[in-house]
Amino acid sequence: MSDHSHQDIAKHVKIYITVFVALLVGTIITVALNYLHFDSMALTIAIALFVATIKAALVACYFMHLISERKMIYLIMAFTVFFFIGLMFLTLGAHYDYPPNTTTL
Amino acid sequence: MEIPYTAQPRKDTGLYNAKVGIWLFLASEVMLFGGLFSAYILLRVGATPGTWVHGLLNIPIGTFNTAVLITSSVTVVLSWAALKVGNFGRYRFYQAITILCALGFLGIKSFEYREKFSHYEVWLNQPVTVTRGGQEVQTDRLLGHIEYQGHHPAFWSTKTLAEKQVESFKFTPDPIHYKMTPKEMAHARKTAAGRKAEEFEFKAADVKRLSAFVPGHSTYFALYFTLTALHALHVLGGAVVIFYIWGPGAKMWKTDPERYTNRVEVSGLFWHFVDLVWIFLFPVLYLL
Repeated sequence: MSDHSHQDIAKHVKIYITVFVALLVGTIITVALNYLHFDSMALTIAIALFVATIKAALVACYFMHLISERKMIYLIMAFTVFFFIGLMFLTLGAHYDYPPNTTTL
Repeated sequence: MEIPYTAQPRKDTGLYNAKVGIWLFLASEVMLFGGLFSAYILLRVGATPGTWVHGLLNIPIGTFNTAVLITSSVTVVLSWAALKVGNFGRYRFYQAITILCALGFLGIKSFEYREKFSHYEVWLNQPVTVTRGGQEVQTDRLLGHIEYQGHHPAFWSTKTLAEKQVESFKFTPDPIHYKMTPKEMAHARKTAAGRKAEEFEFKAADVKRLSAFVPGHSTYFALYFTLTALHALHVLGGAVVIFYIWGPGAKMWKTDPERYTNRVEVSGLFWHFVDLVWIFLFPVLYLL
């Protein structure tokens, strides 16, 4: 990553600006869709999280240069993703696993 | 002693050490915020229907603050690109915008917090009649603002009424309550716009519970303040580091430019992560 030529950097800057605009557009889309008030809560949540995930991916890939990183970083991130997903499954498991003779609504 | 690999990449990893360090740190941060998001999901799906607080945050302000943070993220990466081609002046300019954006974000957030601290829900012993969405409804729970001796107090609770020996206070209710659906709330806000709000004079004896929108109000506000305050601390921490490198730490640009550029990159990686967390926090707390 140490040998960036001036042309390379100029190309990077163009990408950064494009990503910046995409992030702003993504924010506007999320907020605008929210004002439509879909009847389905599941749809509302799915759309909001979908747009947020795309925005997060743009930041990670381009601003944080994950699109072209060394293997070591990918390895660290692979562990993180694994444990994060594991945590979410634990959450899901906890939601369905409650003691008998108690009520959940 | 010279610390190795502060600028030159190590042969085995292909990276300078600080970069491996910051990514390991960010990995632990993902788990920190992940745990809190997990708590949010569990508490929200487990909440009794109709009790989850929603629709009380200021969406335009939140949207604007999102834009402020995104702007600061792009200026961070542009400042690093400027250093890569040796343009120190441009780096300083972009990073100054970053620092201003960080302060702007924190300023707006404190304004939002203050609004919440003087916004109330009151639980009454006897229901009253209010207009919601053009219809008269009976309810014993109202959201709104308090006026007492010409002031709009913050942080009041049921206890405060007794401590201050308040006999009665003026209450201006909002046209909405979070028991309504988002659609009903939007409709009620629209029909109430431009009309003079009703006013009540409540005796302390009529009040079953009084709470400002503080963490103790509800599970939602407890999560809202925990998540946003932890995030705000990250913004503050990131801003302090970026400012240090930008200001007093800038001497290094003359002595060791490569190491200096790496410092900017590493602080930038942290900053993007803070932006990334907000990208999820904003829809989850403000919109859903």
